[in-house]
Amino acid sequence: MNKQIAKNGMLGTLIGRKMLMGITGMFLILFLVVHCAVNALIFVNDGGELFNKGAEFMGTNILIRIVEVVLFVGILVHIVDGIMLERLNRQKRTVPYVSHNPQANSKWYSRWMGLLGILILMFLIVHLKHFWVLSRFTDHIAHSEMDKLPGQETLFYEMKEVFENPAVVLIYVLAMIGLSYHLMHGFQSAFQTMGWNHPKYTPCIKQAGFWFSIIVPFVFALMPIAMYTGIIK
Amino acid sequence: MKFNLKIWRQKNASTPGKIVDYSIDNINEHMSFLEMMDVLNEQLIHKGEPPVAYDHDCREGICGMCSMHINGRPHGPLAATTTCQLYMRNFKDGETIYIEPFRANSFPVIRDLVVDRSAFDRIMQAGGFVSVNTGSVQDANNIPVNKQHADLAMDAAACIGCGACVAACKNSSASLFVSAKISQLALLPQGQVEAKERVLAMVNQMDEEGFGSCTNTGACEAECPKEISISNIARMNREYYIASLT
Repeated sequence: MNKQIAKNGMLGTLIGRKMLMGITGMFLILFLVVHCAVNALIFVNDGGELFNKGAEFMGTNILIRIVEVVLFVGILVHIVDGIMLERLNRQKRTVPYVSHNPQANSKWYSRWMGLLGILILMFLIVHLKHFWVLSRFTDHIAHSEMDKLPGQETLFYEMKEVFENPAVVLIYVLAMIGLSYHLMHGFQSAFQTMGWNHPKYTPCIKQAGFWFSIIVPFVFALMPIAMYTGIIK
Repeated sequence: MKFNLKIWRQKNASTPGKIVDYSIDNINEHMSFLEMMDVLNEQLIHKGEPPVAYDHDCREGICGMCSMHINGRPHGPLAATTTCQLYMRNFKDGETIYIEPFRANSFPVIRDLVVDRSAFDRIMQAGGFVSVNTGSVQDANNIPVNKQHADLAMDAAACIGCGACVAACKNSSASLFVSAKISQLALLPQGQVEAKERVLAMVNQMDEEGFGSCTNTGACEAECPKEISISNIARMNREYYIASLT
């Protein structure tokens, strides 16, 4: 039928590049579940004892540390591939429409995934600086109140300190709204890109994606709010 | 009925175009959009001005020739409608109507509202067919076809290749068109023989023609005059992964 079929490898075509977005997106969704579950331990409201234990496990378990490396590769691929695809797609219509009515046929957040992604990336940099750098690359974090060395604090204490600043709380809440819309499209879109579309299961996936993109960012946003308002002591 | 028309005029592919204002009166509400354009063109010819070039053929919604981006949407404001099946009663008297060509770099403007959609032809030539190399026609019932698959194949085959999906997509992606053409064959036993080669060849050609990637906004499905489902795009992706990995 065609001799040049094998010319492009799978990642040489746009569908292949989108598959990368789908796979990494799904992996990041799984990460959000774990991250949200561990952090939700602060709502036990035991002065952070259980949360610190969870943080210690996540920071010391060898399997988790390996997955952490995979996670960073996944995030990087998702970001770089996403930006490259967005740039390519923007070059496909150089003369724009004079009159354009895209809201008639699609949701705004499905059209602005790139921008939402950039906002989440900006938040991610701030967020990593707040907690991840501190707990992985410095000796500043103690595993519990008990074995605190001089000059050390627990991660729970650090959270409380960071979220004393109302501007930080606002940034975190706004970022979670952005994440919510990114997931609102991204969750079901990843399944579609992977080719998993079925009359029986696609409506379930869409429902699950809707609730996931509301519940997970909501629980995340509650954390800085609860700490700032003093609900969590 | 009276209308203010803002129509894209462009002499040829290499000359930049611009919106030109026209006013038109005494339009019958039962006229189709194309008939209204005919009335305008007749008036322009009488005035000695060049008529507005636009594509049309069957005027009954099955050929896929008519295009036009009307008030910001391919084929105008109605769902599941080609421009030739759009009637002036769907607009308000005195309304201002923007009329532009389908826009995508892969669909270069030839003149005014006429665009070159031959990229679609080249994608079809790459693999959108079933090879029948010998023999006479087989008895139709020799090959059993699952009813559900036959229906889905028929739905996909309803694609008239008008290019509204490309025009509506923010990425100018041709995924809906290509996936419909792949699906109509992949779903049937006759199409299975060349399924792998077909999807690889057509997807490669789609990229080579310069169409963008699919970001699943669903704009194509919403604007498609034949209501082709984006489940076909998922099927194309599936077919593509299987063909690439096996």
